[in-house]
Amino acid sequence: MIRVENIIKTFGKQEVLKGISFLFEAGKTNLIIGKSGSGKTVLLKILIGLLHPDSGSVWYEDKNLTTSTKDELRQIRLQCGMLFQGNALFDSMTIEENIRFPMDMFSHKTAKEKLHRVNDCLERVSLAGINHKYPSEISGGMQKRVGIARAIVLNPKFLFCDEPNSGLDPKTSITIDNLISSITKENNITTIINTHDMNSVMEIGENICLLDNGHLAWKGQKEMVLSDQSEVLHDFIFASPFLQKLVESAK
Amino acid sequence: MNLQIFTHFGKFILWQKQIFKRPENWSMYYKETLRQMYDIGIGSFPIVFLISIFIGAVTAVQFAYQMAGTLIPRYYIGYIVRDMTIIELAPTITCLVLAGKVGSNMAAELGGMRQKEHIDAMEIMGVNTSTYLILPKLIGSLVMIPVLVCAAAIIGIAGAYLASVPTGFFMDDEFITGLRSFFVPYNVVMMFVKAFVFAYILTSVASYQGYFVRGGSIELGAASTRAVVYSNILILLADYVIALLLTV
Repeated sequence: MIRVENIIKTFGKQEVLKGISFLFEAGKTNLIIGKSGSGKTVLLKILIGLLHPDSGSVWYEDKNLTTSTKDELRQIRLQCGMLFQGNALFDSMTIEENIRFPMDMFSHKTAKEKLHRVNDCLERVSLAGINHKYPSEISGGMQKRVGIARAIVLNPKFLFCDEPNSGLDPKTSITIDNLISSITKENNITTIINTHDMNSVMEIGENICLLDNGHLAWKGQKEMVLSDQSEVLHDFIFASPFLQKLVESAK
Repeated sequence: MNLQIFTHFGKFILWQKQIFKRPENWSMYYKETLRQMYDIGIGSFPIVFLISIFIGAVTAVQFAYQMAGTLIPRYYIGYIVRDMTIIELAPTITCLVLAGKVGSNMAAELGGMRQKEHIDAMEIMGVNTSTYLILPKLIGSLVMIPVLVCAAAIIGIAGAYLASVPTGFFMDDEFITGLRSFFVPYNVVMMFVKAFVFAYILTSVASYQGYFVRGGSIELGAASTRAVVYSNILILLADYVIALLLTV
């Protein structure tokens, strides 16, 4: 699990995060949701150590990320995998080389063992056999899945996903969501997903925190979303006029 | 603006410490260093060849023109071309050109990686990106640029010979006599000192500009330009300082 305590982050005069405290639970898909500019990405970057908070702390189980040295931070990061919004696949490397990169860097496996693990990961994301293709030769949805394969290749304890559904059609989005969710369950990973996709919220939101203007506006599970009376949550979930009409007609 | 120069200078100096860290995996660094050596050395050889041969040729022709009607012995042309090429033209002109070719390439490559979140991705994997991305470039430059400078000196002298002997400006033995006269081996040491210093400057400055780029494609273009401009200024400044330190 990852625990954040009273995180405050300011850029210039703008306070982006205003005292966020939350517990991201192990073995669950934890969602950070909120409108654009609500501070989701900043919180995710603080969680992974790419940004340093002005005050507050981030705890990876019993290790404090915010006070760790660079070497300690590197040790924590060896237990993390991340799927980036733009995938961040290395363009000049093949899919196999992309997925193998963390192993080449940090594991002492033989070439055969590494290839076996790459194939396992590709199979896990239903992309077996595309080893020698380049990222530019596959679709956006496939790139996301390759990103997931690379993120899980070292069996991380913590998985971070930044907008995993951005730029994908609804059906592919659901495939990606289900894939992340099942990987989380299989490996008992603490998964943190930064999203504003409502399908994701309702499909895989086991532990949700809603950010609004830098504040933690709501927390709960997907089952609570429809019944909760929180105005901020309601405004966010039913922002679309179509959904508003649908709810009104259902009522 | 003025204070920003000091901020960047301080950040640049502190960053140097991050570059020289123990590699996570020697074989990955070795592969990357070989790739950089190939890109810098083999990739830059054609342009270095072309520039050196013409600079040597132009130097010889210009000196032939200036020496016409003077009492200076004709064989001095070989001597002047040799020393000018070894001491100044080969290291300085080659590195100024490489700052444009290799430096801008490094800044654009690193800047592109920063913008596409490749550097962040590596950081999150636990890679020390300052070391992994910069150290192989530095080693590649420090090994290959002195080799290129040495090649430039030889090609420059060959260019001078081709421009002055077959064309009839000088006799073959005049040029060769001059080339063999008053040779000071220390000048070659000076050439290599310059090559090493300039290689370090152009690689580290270009890498700094690319590694810390923020924003979009316009900022990336600006960083690439800054990499070349700042490298050139610092190379010329270092050239003067080395000349003072090693000759006065």
